[in-house]
Amino acid sequence: MSGPLLEVKDLRVEFPTRRGTLVAVDGASLAIAPGEILGVVGESGAGKSLTGMAIIGLLEPPGRIAAGEIRLAGERIDGLPYEQMRRIRGRRIGAIFQDPLTSLNPLFTVGEQLTETILAHLEVTPAAARTRALALLAEVGIPAPQARIDHYPHQFSGGMRQRVVVALALCAEPRLIIADEPTTALDVSIQAQIIALLRRLAREHGTAVMLITHDMGVIAETADRVAVMYAGRIAEIGPVREVIHAPRHPYTAGLMGSIPKVGRGAGKKRGRLVQIEGAMPRLNAIPPGCAFNPRCPQRFARCAAERPELIAVGTTAAACWLYADGP
Amino acid sequence: MLAFILRRLAQAALVMLTVGLIAFSLFRFVGDPVLFMLGQEATPEDRTRLTLLLGLDQPFYVQYAGFVARAVQGEFGISLRQVRPVSGMILERLPATLELALVAAVLALVAGIVMGVYTALRRNSWFSQALLALSLIGVSLPTFLIGILLILVFAVLLGWLPSFGRGETVDLGWWSTGFLTASGLKALILPSITLGLFQMTLIQRLVRTEMLEVLRTDYIKFARARGLSDRAVHFRHALKNTLVPVITITGLQLGAIIAFAIITETVFQWPGMGLLFIQSVQFADIPVMAAYLCLIALFFVVINLVVDLLYYAVDPRLRIDRAAAAH
Repeated sequence: MSGPLLEVKDLRVEFPTRRGTLVAVDGASLAIAPGEILGVVGESGAGKSLTGMAIIGLLEPPGRIAAGEIRLAGERIDGLPYEQMRRIRGRRIGAIFQDPLTSLNPLFTVGEQLTETILAHLEVTPAAARTRALALLAEVGIPAPQARIDHYPHQFSGGMRQRVVVALALCAEPRLIIADEPTTALDVSIQAQIIALLRRLAREHGTAVMLITHDMGVIAETADRVAVMYAGRIAEIGPVREVIHAPRHPYTAGLMGSIPKVGRGAGKKRGRLVQIEGAMPRLNAIPPGCAFNPRCPQRFARCAAERPELIAVGTTAAACWLYADGP
Repeated sequence: MLAFILRRLAQAALVMLTVGLIAFSLFRFVGDPVLFMLGQEATPEDRTRLTLLLGLDQPFYVQYAGFVARAVQGEFGISLRQVRPVSGMILERLPATLELALVAAVLALVAGIVMGVYTALRRNSWFSQALLALSLIGVSLPTFLIGILLILVFAVLLGWLPSFGRGETVDLGWWSTGFLTASGLKALILPSITLGLFQMTLIQRLVRTEMLEVLRTDYIKFARARGLSDRAVHFRHALKNTLVPVITITGLQLGAIIAFAIITETVFQWPGMGLLFIQSVQFADIPVMAAYLCLIALFFVVINLVVDLLYYAVDPRLRIDRAAAAH
């Protein structure tokens, strides 16, 4: 592959407010290769959804990209005029949102919503658009698409609706899909189906997926690489196995420790769930130095004084001074 | 669907019967009709004869049944003031009121929706702010004052438009229309603005609020993420979703426009039913009042029925039982 499909460099998202500017995403850098699934994980308010919205150019005002660049297949797409960005949305970057119950317009059939999206991006006849809509519904695993295409969203179950949402994101065969909490509103068995669907898309079509979630389990099952975000910054980024089994950043380690493990080693006596002391700082009170330093069990003087950049540690990179002099 | 219509029709019939009862009891409240018709000097024999002739010796419910039976055939008796059949009097006044109400309603609806959408989409422009301020005036000024002000400016000071009456009318069968002559159209302008202004500002504010609400929803965000054009997002997806409450209000307000045309018709000496009603009240012309009451109730009932059917047309979620049957 020649270079990453999506490259985000030093992205900074700000919200100017009356009481000063809030920095919601601060110097985030990440890259996704074609066919790769990058998980972005973090607590609520860590800036992961805003990173996704910034990439598709749908930050809600007054939020804005204050610095950094976003490149899609090498081309800069941040700061494009609205109309050009609109052509990229749906055509080259698809999006899936959290709640399939509210992502679909209740007053239009799924067929109408699919064909309008296809017609907005591809130069085809309405009849061809409908044929493609049927193929898409079949592709995402909706049984009997011919019978279902003229149904309204409320006539589908939650899982089926999320499949429709995925089909809508796929209308114009985008090379990149940004999936913001695609499984959060679904029950576990449906989650597994949607995850399998995303994996199949990445494998068969070479679609790159940015999977935003707070669920480490979903990341573990789905992603190839993972970026851990904390207080608007990327704390650690690397192959998913590495990050899960050998977390470098103390925050990631704490995050892994807080996941209950069921089954593995059942019967053996195990310790209590580890909990990270304190809470993620609010955007108007991010401490100097490393944002995690007040909660970090391994902090030292430098942590409160200087902000760490991502430092390569083996195949992963962590923004932590522990690795300043090599692992 | 059919069951729904039948149920609604049964309810409508019940409402009409109740209104009929109230209208009927008007006759009894104003005193003894026999005394009223024959005067103080009539002999007891004359009274008995007239009582028998009018069927006033019958029990209450028999008289009521007779009233309803005649009312269904459009027969409301003889006007006490003009000594003509009431139905004929109402019928010749009906076109004037309906044409005025129609123009006022169309004006209110079209201008209200256009201004509502505009003020929602261009929330911060000075023109939106000006429209909102003006709409406050429209909501708070009483109708008769607006009418008098309009007459003062456009009829008295500028002399552009007539201050009273319908202008020339053309008879189409029993229907006399003011739409076909220049003076008829000119005469419509001031009264229809007066009559529709309140509804227009109401619809404008309603559409604006609903539109702002809808624009915040996930499916609008998702529609943007699919790369649909602004026009499709605003006027296809958002506007249709704002229409449900607008239909409700408009339906109810259309009835109100017809019923409360009384004031406008009085101010402009518009030869419609409202003016007829006011004159009847002054002369205690009970048959006319009863007929007017029943007719207005009929309008309300029919409009509400149409509104309910329109819901079905706009909102597929209400068609759930029919769709379930099609599975």
